[in-house]
Amino acid sequence: MSEILLQIDGKEIRAKEGTTLLEAARSAGISIPTLCYHEKLEPFGGCRICLVELEMRGWTRLVVSCVYLVEQNLVVRTRSEKIDRIRKMILELLLAHAPDAFDLQDLAKEYGANRDRFEKEASFCIHCGLCVRYCAEVKKKNAVGFVDRGIRKEISFIPEIASRECWTCKECFPLCPTEALQAAYVLVEALAFPKSSSESASGNKEGDRPRI
Amino acid sequence: MDNERIDHIIDKHHSEPSSLIQVLLEIQAENHWLPREALERVAERLQVPKTRIQHIATFYKAFSLVPKGRHEIHICVGTACHVRGATRVLDTVQDLTGIKPGETDLDLKFSLQTVNCLGCCALGPVMDVDGKTHGKMAPSKTAEVLKNYE
Amino acid sequence: MNSRIMARINSPEELEKVRQEILSRRDPNTPCISICAGAGCIASGAGEVITAFKAEIEKQGLQADVDTKETGCPGFCERGPVVVIYPEEICYLQVKPEDVSEIVSQTIKEKKVIDRLVYVDPTTGEKAPRESDIPFYKNQERNIIGSNIKINPKSIEDYLAIGGYSALAKVLSGMTSEHVLEEVKKANLRGRGGGGFPAGSKWEGSRNAPGEIKYVIVNADEGDPGAFMDRALLEGNPHSILEGLTIGAYAIGSHEGYIYVRQEYPLAVENVNIAIKKAEEYGFLGKNILGSGFDFTVKVHQGAGAFVCGESTALMTALEGRAGEPRPKYIRSNIVGLWGRPSVLNNVETWANVPLIINKGADWFTQFGTERSKGTKIFSLVGKINNTGLVEVPMGITLRDIIFKIGGGIPGGKRFKAVQTGGPSGGCIPEELLDLQVGFDELTKAGSMMGSGGMIVMDEDTCMVDISRYFLDFLTDESCGKCVPCREGMRQMLKILNNITQGKGREGDIELLEELSETAIEASLCALGKSSPNPLLSTLRYFRDEYEAHIKGKKCPALSCKELIAYHIDPNKCQACMICLKKCPAEAIEGGKNRIHVIDEEKCTKCGTCFEVCPSRFGAVKKISGEPVPPPIPEEARTIVRESKQK
Repeated sequence: MSEILLQIDGKEIRAKEGTTLLEAARSAGISIPTLCYHEKLEPFGGCRICLVELEMRGWTRLVVSCVYLVEQNLVVRTRSEKIDRIRKMILELLLAHAPDAFDLQDLAKEYGANRDRFEKEASFCIHCGLCVRYCAEVKKKNAVGFVDRGIRKEISFIPEIASRECWTCKECFPLCPTEALQAAYVLVEALAFPKSSSESASGNKEGDRPRI
Repeated sequence: MDNERIDHIIDKHHSEPSSLIQVLLEIQAENHWLPREALERVAERLQVPKTRIQHIATFYKAFSLVPKGRHEIHICVGTACHVRGATRVLDTVQDLTGIKPGETDLDLKFSLQTVNCLGCCALGPVMDVDGKTHGKMAPSKTAEVLKNYE
Repeated sequence: MNSRIMARINSPEELEKVRQEILSRRDPNTPCISICAGAGCIASGAGEVITAFKAEIEKQGLQADVDTKETGCPGFCERGPVVVIYPEEICYLQVKPEDVSEIVSQTIKEKKVIDRLVYVDPTTGEKAPRESDIPFYKNQERNIIGSNIKINPKSIEDYLAIGGYSALAKVLSGMTSEHVLEEVKKANLRGRGGGGFPAGSKWEGSRNAPGEIKYVIVNADEGDPGAFMDRALLEGNPHSILEGLTIGAYAIGSHEGYIYVRQEYPLAVENVNIAIKKAEEYGFLGKNILGSGFDFTVKVHQGAGAFVCGESTALMTALEGRAGEPRPKYIRSNIVGLWGRPSVLNNVETWANVPLIINKGADWFTQFGTERSKGTKIFSLVGKINNTGLVEVPMGITLRDIIFKIGGGIPGGKRFKAVQTGGPSGGCIPEELLDLQVGFDELTKAGSMMGSGGMIVMDEDTCMVDISRYFLDFLTDESCGKCVPCREGMRQMLKILNNITQGKGREGDIELLEELSETAIEASLCALGKSSPNPLLSTLRYFRDEYEAHIKGKKCPALSCKELIAYHIDPNKCQACMICLKKCPAEAIEGGKNRIHVIDEEKCTKCGTCFEVCPSRFGAVKKISGEPVPPPIPEEARTIVRESKQK
């Protein structure tokens, strides 16, 4: 694999071919905010907060650094007036869903995002997709997935699979930036788990499950 | 819908996972909705995760996870029909049937759905009932059309 | 239609023999009754007309002497069912089953034209009995859609009779794939689906990309509401698409093709499936096509009701059997596409142009159109227009000519306000730009885009704020929901626009809408999100005063937004005819015989029925916006005293 030479925020960086801009920046100590990125998962490109500015042949272009691969002689800027403005707007849009989400607070402060800019929305899922993707790609259990599209999109557990797998796993729980996932789990458990959980594969009995 | 019928449809598509949407479309066309048992059978035979079926069955407008009424009303709300007053036709049909788009009435008589362009724009506003296209609709004409359906 | 079962055609020479044989069986002087069987005319009752013709021909014992043909859509949808009688080309419009016996007796047997069924110019009163004299058709350049009325789409022999598959034969009997590619590049064929990307470059990229397996795909999703050009082509002349696709496959080295058709077009799905079967039978698809050694197969894949699947990466995701979410790819799909392999995806109309370019040459093709937009384009002219239908015109024609010369202008004597092009990704073009020459770049510069060809005409009764709300409502439903700028940005934009149209608009709303637009344009994952603010921004550019009226004056100047208008019966004009009173679904009108009608504003649901049904000679029902409704006149004043009839 050949080595690529590029410039990020004025710094000369060497990276292996096939690396993303995000990985290249991070290994050089340059921080780019992310919400839907996880090193164990395929890049999603959904939150758009990792946008950076590329300069090529006099044109500037915004791309998501978690997907875009390094190129020879690329000139990249991770901060600019436009990038900051867009990141602020993205945060404000997400804060309308999850104003108290821990992972959003520092970023909100840094970019001056106003949590009250938009009226509060009912659902606090921000659709980073980390839970769905982790369960599909790492655990390969596919216990939780997306439902519907557009502004009606949600996450939902498959009751039969969740009742079997999730209690002993819960590896996706700490990934959720807003704890919407935990709420979805509690909901499906209360409403839709098959009645005889005493026969579940993990051997748990009804009484074994502590309250959340 | 029995498993034999479902298996027949799946076999036609050689049990290929990429034919998932085509298989579901055929089941939807024959059965008018997708029962849970049918989806489980499809997941098993095509070897696809249930989450993918869950996403597809809710992502695409053609599918219904609940039984439909005897008569399916589709009101076109494409731009050409909209400009000719489709919203008022939709409002009137909602009042007449008592249901909103995506719903079925309690007698399982009518199901109402909006559709984003049937390609019959010259006849706009268009209302399709059970595949029969009624063109040049107006709020005052909707009752006449729907009266004919039992 | 009886076609004999043919043995496979194994060479271009054999094809010519078969074609001549078909033509020799057809006498051009035999009367042929061609009835449009496209979805639009069928919805207008063409099915019954077809049955009536068949029955009448049999009744009069004319089966041996007269042909009837159910054809593809010729585009004059406003006046369907359309019937054309060959060889004289007599065109009858809005034909009913009751007209059929007269047509057979008068026109077929006696060669007499039935005046009441022909086209009459609304201003001059001039009649145009022949198809080619009708102004709607005369002012078009119908290179592609002109064939539709001549063929039965379910018959491959009809397609062969008009010269079908001669381009494929030409390609496979001596053109190298490079030569084919060069011809398409020279023609400067730009994609007809919306992007306007040069097809030749796209093909070249795939041709040169590494990998043995490559795909060619027809995008027949046609999601733009109001656009139905692809429906007419796929329904009406499916073989032309197959021929173009096969030629493209040959040019790039692909052996597998897909046609992605929207399921809302069942007739198109049916006809293209029949066409594929017939093409396979005759040897135009499958192994060793026309003895050239080139193999190519095509599969049909139906859409399931998602506008976003018209976007190329989403379409390919759907072909793979997944939910149609676009992928954030920075490597174009002609290099890494379906299943990660080089894939050329083009629109139906783009593929339909290919046989023409091969048969007549790039030089012929480039004589139509402008410098940077070559060839013709089919537009669906719909909305507030007299001649609704499909029009094929050379690029460079003005919007004015399309709307007024061909389209016949606005019905009801109303004033033109704007024409919306490019579907939900496009914008509205106002009156002052009507002399704009239609082309990819010209439309983009005006704040809209060519899109797939939908042209929605709007008049003085159309509220432009409502139009941008309408498109945002559409897009929030159709967005895949993956990325924040589109999903969340449009969520908030729709809320604001709903408020504005309901009279709850506030200072600062427009500025916030513009900020959300910037985020969507710059940061969205795919073209749906990136272009979602276009309708809003173009209406703000040309109709800002309407937005301000809604926000500041709580007024809808077009008298359209329900919450901002009230219906009022002018007591000076009401003649107490009781029509509106009886038809009001909310029973909100008080009055009686000789008693002036009054609308109870509390009960009124603003359905507009009274406005619709009040006889035009009275014109008593008015819409009011931005000012208070006059209070009802006192009870005593409501009695109408009629002048006695005897003096």
